[in-house]
Amino acid sequence: MQQSFFFQAMIYLAAAVVMVPIAKRLGLGSVLGYLVAGVIIGPAGLKFIGMEGQDIMHFAEFGVVMMLFVIGLELEPSRLWRMRKSIAGLGGLQVGVTTVLVAGIAMLFGISWKEALALGMIIAMSSTAIVMQTLAEKGWLKTVAGQSSFSVLLFQDLAIIPMLALFPLLADHAGIADGHGGGGSLVSALPAWQQTIVVLLSVSAIVLTGKYLLRPVFRMMARTALREMFTATALLLVVGIAVLMTSVGLSPALGAFVAGVVLANSEYRHELESSIDPFKGLLLGLFFISVGSSIDFALVTSKPLLIIGLVGGLMLLKMGILFVLGKIFEVRNAQNFIFSIGLSQIGEFAFVLLSFSVQQGVLGKEVSDTMTAVVAISMAMTPLAMMFNEKFILTRFCLVSAGLQTAQRPSDVEEEDNPVIIAGYGHFGNIVGRFLRANGVEATVLDNDSDNVDFLRRMGLKVYYGDATRYELLDIAGAGRAQMIIIAISDEEKRLELIETVKKHFPNLHMLVRSTNRNDAYDLMNAGMMHIYRETFDTSLRLGVDALKLLGHRAHEATRMAKTFFIHDERTLKHLSSIRNDEEYINAARQHIEELEVIMQADREAVHLNALAGWDRKAEAETA
Amino acid sequence: MAKVLIQFAHPTLSKSNVQKTLEKYAREVKGVTFNDLYEHYPDLFIDVKREQQLLAKHDIIIFQHPFYWYSSPPILKQWQDLVLEYNWAYGPKGHALKGKKIFNAVSCGGGRDAYTPAGYNRFSVGQYLLPFNQTAYLCRMDYLPPFVVHETYTIEDYTLNACGEQYAELLDALVNDRIDPAELAGVEYLNELFPH
Repeated sequence: MQQSFFFQAMIYLAAAVVMVPIAKRLGLGSVLGYLVAGVIIGPAGLKFIGMEGQDIMHFAEFGVVMMLFVIGLELEPSRLWRMRKSIAGLGGLQVGVTTVLVAGIAMLFGISWKEALALGMIIAMSSTAIVMQTLAEKGWLKTVAGQSSFSVLLFQDLAIIPMLALFPLLADHAGIADGHGGGGSLVSALPAWQQTIVVLLSVSAIVLTGKYLLRPVFRMMARTALREMFTATALLLVVGIAVLMTSVGLSPALGAFVAGVVLANSEYRHELESSIDPFKGLLLGLFFISVGSSIDFALVTSKPLLIIGLVGGLMLLKMGILFVLGKIFEVRNAQNFIFSIGLSQIGEFAFVLLSFSVQQGVLGKEVSDTMTAVVAISMAMTPLAMMFNEKFILTRFCLVSAGLQTAQRPSDVEEEDNPVIIAGYGHFGNIVGRFLRANGVEATVLDNDSDNVDFLRRMGLKVYYGDATRYELLDIAGAGRAQMIIIAISDEEKRLELIETVKKHFPNLHMLVRSTNRNDAYDLMNAGMMHIYRETFDTSLRLGVDALKLLGHRAHEATRMAKTFFIHDERTLKHLSSIRNDEEYINAARQHIEELEVIMQADREAVHLNALAGWDRKAEAETA
Repeated sequence: MAKVLIQFAHPTLSKSNVQKTLEKYAREVKGVTFNDLYEHYPDLFIDVKREQQLLAKHDIIIFQHPFYWYSSPPILKQWQDLVLEYNWAYGPKGHALKGKKIFNAVSCGGGRDAYTPAGYNRFSVGQYLLPFNQTAYLCRMDYLPPFVVHETYTIEDYTLNACGEQYAELLDALVNDRIDPAELAGVEYLNELFPH
């Protein structure tokens, strides 16, 4: 290698730092930014990186493993169990039908059935990295489309295992490897039943370790109060699983996912997530860059029609299958478009399967090279297809936002004169909305769950579908004339983004903001918010009042205590937020504990003072 | 048999000695309904319909409360403002409370001599209670003299228990119609009907 490691790192980071914000600004999403960055620095562009892009891609695929670990962390076992029908049904049918159809079509073109079947399986795969990243960025993970996409992707991860085992049997060409499955894993020499036992043992090892061993270990690491030790442990866990899984011939991503699910109920879930997150993000970025750089433009220009035809044809075919399956599984129109267009690319697993199939002699080098280009281009097309979907297709279905709407129906804009705009109509926003409506106050609602929007529209509410952080949507919703905007979105970062947009474009709009917890409230205060509502604060205190009542306290006294506590806590929040800025760099965990100590000390004082004040003091003058 | 309703108002009962004792004795008397207002309406959000139904079902109403600043704790004022509706409690068609008896049972920090022209409170308890008296009149009710416990900060347990027994005797007599209207005319406090 002529270039030093640092030089390479600099190129990659610089490409990302330049391109991703531009892509975001243009509303294209970070994935496309990374891909374009890859193309620019790759052999087809500035030639900073050559063919080693492939190696980097293999390294960066580890980002997908981390992503699945994080996804697992957010998915409790019970929720996973509830999704079993959609995973097995929707996912199973997607993989099955796509494989069979693609293989069938390939055979029509005169490809042998073995090669056709291999191609079918490769093409059935979608890109977990791109789809999940894009869905997360748009805040769509919890929607029907998001959940369905996830089910399919998860099934594909599972399907990788039998596929890897099946490929050697499809070998027609003279294979390079020994003909056994498992990609050169340690156990590939064992007979099948022993392999099965080893596989089962390793999965149970992960589950048992996760359940019993990891918590004490994490507790120990947390007690060292060295943040990097916790991060190191979390990384060790994920890397260790990847090594174990690879050595028994399973997908590391799947192992990491299982470990994540096992840890989903543990108290270290958020800490783990925030430790892994930056690595995950950077590695995924690296992965996307290397996909971009690995697009072989020489090959594309030598047979452009074939490649473009393959990309277009395959994506349309996958989309069609997904759309029909979506209909069968009751994914409604708008959601179905998000779902089927989102998953229409061929995913990163295809790279693995392609190189493996060449190794095993299933596919020839030429087919594999062509397909690699097709896969990479289809991945690059996905963000564009999703954007197209959002701008042109979804608009038809839920009277979506965007400039297009304004152009089509200018009169619509004039009509929105509601004094209140509610951004986010989930369980929080909808209570506020219902309350206002019951009091004769009409609100204009913005939400990014198209199912929800469909439903609310039918109920006769003025609802706009889309990302409320966007200026155009706010403008259409009448932010220029409204008196206030109620920011009830659940995503903390989206809320801050929205606040910035409102500050910049609609400075006269009052902002009433939902906040998740204390930390989030600090951020909102720093953003200059005056009206902040911690989502669980009032409810928790109400529960506290009832607890006191059940313990025999007087109802009115308990109510007054809760009110006292409420006022006092809001005050400490403001106070601590002003101190906090100076000490931003203190170890986060320790700071949290110290802060809690200060708060609890103040709590005692407040309640004590209250006992000495007003009629609670039993002042002699009062009962004359 | 008459039905007695005690409208009880004390915002910090847990810190009150006298009212707790009176409550204890009152709750033991058969035929008495004890309606703890602050307990039912901790945020002063009063259920008007429920309160009116309670009033309609009873013959004798007692406002039992500490004598805060020569009057009642605020929930009783809130209660009057909301529950005693026009054309229900008063006004040309307001006959719902007609003929019912009503009085205040209060606890005061000052002694009885403080509530005389020469004392530091200058006026009598009955004078301070005039707004209740007039409200009853407008609602076509029969306003009786108050039941009063004095010197609540210095009261001995023995005396306090005696007051409690006195209160229970009064309530029992009210339930069983054993009070002579002629005797009532001559007393300043209802306590005097049951000398200890």
